[in-house]
Amino acid sequence: MNILRWQTPGLTAWPSFDGLSTLRNEIDRLFQAPLGELAPTSHLLRGSGPALDIFEDKDSFVVKAELPGMKKEDINVSLHDGSLSISGERKNETKSEGTEVYRAERFFGRFQRTVNLPSQVAADKISAEYKNGVLTVTLAKAEEAKPKQIDVQVN
Amino acid sequence: MQTTLENQTANNHAAREDYVAPNVNIFETQEGYVLEAEMPGVGKEGLDVTLEGTEITITGRRSPETVTGQPLFRERNTADYRRVFELDPAIDTAKVSAKVTQGILTVTLPKSERVKPRKIAVN
Repeated sequence: MNILRWQTPGLTAWPSFDGLSTLRNEIDRLFQAPLGELAPTSHLLRGSGPALDIFEDKDSFVVKAELPGMKKEDINVSLHDGSLSISGERKNETKSEGTEVYRAERFFGRFQRTVNLPSQVAADKISAEYKNGVLTVTLAKAEEAKPKQIDVQVN
Repeated sequence: MQTTLENQTANNHAAREDYVAPNVNIFETQEGYVLEAEMPGVGKEGLDVTLEGTEITITGRRSPETVTGQPLFRERNTADYRRVFELDPAIDTAKVSAKVTQGILTVTLPKSERVKPRKIAVN
């Protein structure tokens, strides 16, 4: 399964200054964590796309993405050739004119993430829910992709 | 407002894996300060905002995961959120209010009346 993380052009994955203050923690964690866990969960290596979890059971895939503070009409979910795309724009709703900014760690702007699903899904059986800043997309597997039990007839 | 993160995690090795610091925006207006923290996965019932002395602590516990399938790929942090900030003494702690919408906690910290700029009429 390929997971492509989109990054804002010109915006590096370099952390904010606050990220630097936790650099020591991050380095400690890099040495402690098993190798497989590193890349996806590491804060320093993460780009600006939303963090994802993907689950599978025998009938469906569930994709969960962290998208805090969005309006549901600003989130686009699409399926093309077996890859699921989640895109949108995180807008800063708060007026900041005439204010003094102390910290600006939240990300605003366009984002997109694409996930190639490991098996065929039924395009007409996709549902999405947005709650507490987490988008949950449920995709039913296509009939031909579901495991089938075939009875063997012995004469 | 001192916005330094109290680095509890570095001092307390036992608690290190338990919390993650949420990303915040903090700005000051004439009326007071506004703190916005990103806590996706946290609902109203999982939130705790505590004022103690000169510190404000925000804690967010994630709602329990409802998915039953096998995880194929995980990169979301599962730890709860926690972060401590030091308050400007000008803040009127009795009037602090908080709300949460779609994983964003917004804490409004108004300044007390005596420090707000005001015009003095000249007789």
